[in-house]
Amino acid sequence: MSTVSETTHDSAVALSAPPSPDDGLSAGELARKYGLAVSGARPSLPEYARQLWDRRHFIIAFSRAKMTAQYSQAKLGQVWQVATPLLNASVYFLIFGLLMQQSKGMGIRTYVPFLITGVFVFTFTQSSAMAGVRSIAGNLGLVRALHFPRAALPISFALQQLQQLLLSMGVLFVFLIGFGHMPALSWVLVVPVLVLQFLFNTGLAMALARAGSKTPDLAQLLPFITRTWMYASGVMYSLTDALKSNHAPEWVIDVLSANPAAVYIDLMRWSLIDDHSRIHLPPHVWALAVGWALLVGLGGFVYFWKAEEQYGRG
Amino acid sequence: MADPKTGAQASAPVPTVIADDVHIVYRVYGGNTGRGSATAALNRIIKRTPGAGVREVHAVRGVSFTAYRGQAIGLIGSNGSGKSTLLKAVAGLLPTERGKIYTDGQPSLLGVNAAMMNDLTGEKNVMLGGLAMGMSREQIRERYQGIVDFSGINEKGDFITLPMRTYSSGMAARLRFSIAAAKDHDVLMIDEALATGDRSFQKRSEARIRELRKEAGTVFLVSHNNRSIRDTCDRVLWLERGELLMDGPTDEVVRAYEKETAR
Repeated sequence: MSTVSETTHDSAVALSAPPSPDDGLSAGELARKYGLAVSGARPSLPEYARQLWDRRHFIIAFSRAKMTAQYSQAKLGQVWQVATPLLNASVYFLIFGLLMQQSKGMGIRTYVPFLITGVFVFTFTQSSAMAGVRSIAGNLGLVRALHFPRAALPISFALQQLQQLLLSMGVLFVFLIGFGHMPALSWVLVVPVLVLQFLFNTGLAMALARAGSKTPDLAQLLPFITRTWMYASGVMYSLTDALKSNHAPEWVIDVLSANPAAVYIDLMRWSLIDDHSRIHLPPHVWALAVGWALLVGLGGFVYFWKAEEQYGRG
Repeated sequence: MADPKTGAQASAPVPTVIADDVHIVYRVYGGNTGRGSATAALNRIIKRTPGAGVREVHAVRGVSFTAYRGQAIGLIGSNGSGKSTLLKAVAGLLPTERGKIYTDGQPSLLGVNAAMMNDLTGEKNVMLGGLAMGMSREQIRERYQGIVDFSGINEKGDFITLPMRTYSSGMAARLRFSIAAAKDHDVLMIDEALATGDRSFQKRSEARIRELRKEAGTVFLVSHNNRSIRDTCDRVLWLERGELLMDGPTDEVVRAYEKETAR
């Protein structure tokens, strides 16, 4: 097509701007004079945290909306939020409690709650990681359309998983009581464990969100990593017992039982299941739980913030 | 060329957006031509074909302009000329490759649709969209009735309590505009929002845009509808292939554009 570019860029500006004392100024000088800021610049870390806090209602509303939208096409609707973990637990009860009668030396009464706790707690971390890695890459439309601290997305997805876990915990309590583990004072410890694990998960989701926005391939790879992680964390069996019976070296046992998933699973089991003789905690377990939460929670936040202005590029 | 109708431009106009030689480049993954099989993809990675899997699209090339308070600026140009991309960069949503964009406050793109979910009711989407734009819950509650009335969704029955997937495309677009226009913006950018909706809704939207301008803001409007540009804008930027072709009073630029497209 032939162009009508009789107006060059310079004359284009002059044409539109009425004569004023600002005419001689360059763009940068003009911006300074009127206090204009560079669009899309990254705020400082405290400022970023403050912006994020201002958006807390959006974060909560977004995670609730995602949760509701998840089952809105199903006829039973929101019933599935509870039915899914219930069916999950029932499958384990059917296979390990009734069919196999195999309980890795700890009796059905302990093994079924032991297994369900492990599965629910690990799923919490696993699905937070999976949602986190896609939280930026899968919501580019939102990132490119609206202005908000991007960390709101991974946090919101981690929060959605927390809501799902709380429903699963309700199912877990029913199974625990069904297997004769009556509520005890130690059940209160569930709260700090969940808070710490949520912090850890959120940090993990933020770190993976940045990685996943640069390398979308990570979403394909992650299921394999989390599955390996699951077997290394003793979700289905007692990690220490299994390793000891295979004569694994001491340091392998120490390293594996210090991994965050194993730490949170062990703490949860120890709080809920009253058969303590079979469930041992590794040394310094609370220090590890707090340490992982702070390290990954804060580290993930800072790591995510460092690339704040780059999210949204294809 | 101060607009006599608004009178917003006093002695020294106050700039709200300054674009200084802006270049924007998209990087697209998987945009490679060639066979899509796994072996072909592996081959490309092993042979390290230049830019394997990544293509660059230079969407905006060296655009400079200064927008002033109280102006309504139309952006015209054929499809793919970089209008929407430029607006996204002004909003700070797309990083610039070269050049800088300075803005007064936080420009907002009328893009609230991205935050809205089709499976939720219109009611919940008003809340979610408002929060996504940075309004507080109290503000949304205050303006809720105004938003619903403006959209005219409830004119044909109680549609606001139905999931958005049941809305017609015009109804959804009206609700989106109503939510976005409910907020007070320093700089508001509207991308093709007025193309949908019936004539009476378009009238109301144009009135709302004039109102926003009076509140000392700057409004950008992307549209392929020359009449809605003429009705609402006093200045027009004409973009073609990412370059600023013309910048001036609406009549002049739109006339030149029409002459060009009529061929």
